[in-house]
Amino acid sequence: MAALIRMIAQRLALGVLTLFIVSVVIFFATELLPGDLASTLLGQAATPETVAALRRQLGLDLPAPVRYWNWLTGALQGDFGVSLANRRPIADLIAARLGNTIFLALYAAALAVPLALILGILAALWRNSVFDRAANAGALTAISFPEFFVAYILVLWLAQSGYFPSMVRISPVSTFGEKLYMAFLPALTLTLVVTAHMMRMTRAAIINLMAQPYIEMARLKGMSPLRIVLRHALPNALAPIINVIAINLAYLITGVVVVEVVFVYPGLGQLMVDSVSKRDIAVVQAIALIFASAYVLLNLTADVLSTLTNPRLMSKG
Amino acid sequence: MGWLFLAFGIVAAFGLAALLRRAALQLAPAEWRSALADMPLTAAFGLMVIAIYIFVALAAPLLAPFPEREVVGSQFQPWSLQHWLGTDRLGRDMASRLIYGARNTVGIAFATTALAFIVGSLLGLWAALRGGWLDQTLSRFVDALMAIPSLIFSLLLLTIFGTSVLTLILVIAAVDATRVYRIARSVAQGIVVMDYIEAARLRGEGSWYLIRREILPNALAPLVAEFGLRFCFVFLTISSLSFLGLGIQPPLADWGSMVRENATLITFGDITPLLPAGAIALLTVAVNFVVDWQLYRASGLKEQAG
Repeated sequence: MAALIRMIAQRLALGVLTLFIVSVVIFFATELLPGDLASTLLGQAATPETVAALRRQLGLDLPAPVRYWNWLTGALQGDFGVSLANRRPIADLIAARLGNTIFLALYAAALAVPLALILGILAALWRNSVFDRAANAGALTAISFPEFFVAYILVLWLAQSGYFPSMVRISPVSTFGEKLYMAFLPALTLTLVVTAHMMRMTRAAIINLMAQPYIEMARLKGMSPLRIVLRHALPNALAPIINVIAINLAYLITGVVVVEVVFVYPGLGQLMVDSVSKRDIAVVQAIALIFASAYVLLNLTADVLSTLTNPRLMSKG
Repeated sequence: MGWLFLAFGIVAAFGLAALLRRAALQLAPAEWRSALADMPLTAAFGLMVIAIYIFVALAAPLLAPFPEREVVGSQFQPWSLQHWLGTDRLGRDMASRLIYGARNTVGIAFATTALAFIVGSLLGLWAALRGGWLDQTLSRFVDALMAIPSLIFSLLLLTIFGTSVLTLILVIAAVDATRVYRIARSVAQGIVVMDYIEAARLRGEGSWYLIRREILPNALAPLVAEFGLRFCFVFLTISSLSFLGLGIQPPLADWGSMVRENATLITFGDITPLLPAGAIALLTVAVNFVVDWQLYRASGLKEQAG
């Protein structure tokens, strides 16, 4: 038990360190900017007086480590400063959208994870059958498609015929059922893209295990193939499968950016793309920090969970 | 109706690929024949598609009926004999832009991948060769950069440096070089412990000679397969960024932004804007098929040796 707690504490410490480094990279990336942020923002209107005024307003006259410290402590309390484009507090811009993005990612995950596990297990069970080959070819094709291609095919197919809306108009008053219906096409797009990866990895993990002697033993006992997979292979494949799920949930984080734009979904990804084209660095930094933190935390969770399912990994770490 | 055409197209393409494989088998020099003989149909299809794309990219000005950037008619014209795929939002010829897009989109993606590979693999091989603090510093730095999702990091860098083709290539190459570095370093780590490296070191050869003449030839096979996968990844990233309006900028013809500019047509049931997206998907599928075959071959050879 002590070893377990030590392991979790170790991983958590490592995760906090990673988050710290990520925040440093995101903050100091702006320091790479050739020249001065204030004069770049002002462009044509840059006179020495306006530049000096803007520098003071943005706090650029302070040394970089001080600014970093203020930014980080502010961010931890939910205060990301103000947008450079419209001077509104970034926290207000993000607050409404963060929930929508999390909703979409969870929705897609709820569809994709069971689907991918079932398909992966079936493909491993019926290895080299027509089903396996078709599922593999389909997965390889889906991986190769850009997200917006999948999205527009679904629009053409399902929205054209009027089954589902091609634009998502979610308001705070929408009920849960309405939200599920409205967000179905974006969630389905993400599901298709992510399922392909997950299915391939699940299949590979199970096939890897099927070569083990204890599976051979179970087969010689005369056990049915389904029971072998479910009772003997699956519990031992949990560690790689948990990793696969985490990698793909992390992938959803970047996947939402494109999909949100296609379906005009009011989420963080769309805000980020808008801010990049306006070169609103403050907003982009804030959203990048949120996405990167979610990514790091997911990987950390997967790491801890897969170690728990396989105690032998503990001595290694 | 559309499904029938699609099915017919797929069958025809694979038939053509089978013919091509047979022809290649007849014409190829003897030492390649064994490799070609076990080539699956999917890989033959992939090679055929890649060859067609390269041809279209090189011969774009000869194939395209209209110039890339010129307005040649009214907006959103339907398909006709004069404008094969109609015209776009500004009245430019869709078919011509699709053809020029092969040159711009694929060319830029290829240049980016090549740059990422040169930088990433040289640094990776060097780190593996030197070891010690240099390896540690570089690897920890790369780990830190890789903790941020690549699309998010690219978006952050594009905000800082602005969006032009040059910054796009440099930013994506820099982000991708971290992934190449990891692969190259892990491949090279298996090689630097070999006796022939020790022998070369004792001869007094320098780092550059060791990388170029001893490590690189032995690390080439996995790196080539990785190049294919990385190309797909870079190609999809650049297309996505262009689709978001942050990648390749107009008036350059590019498949990602073509989808975005004409997306309104899709809601009216017109499939024209899907064609550039399909062109992206087809090339990625083709490259994946070839890489799959190469990986399978590499793993098959290993099993025989072991």
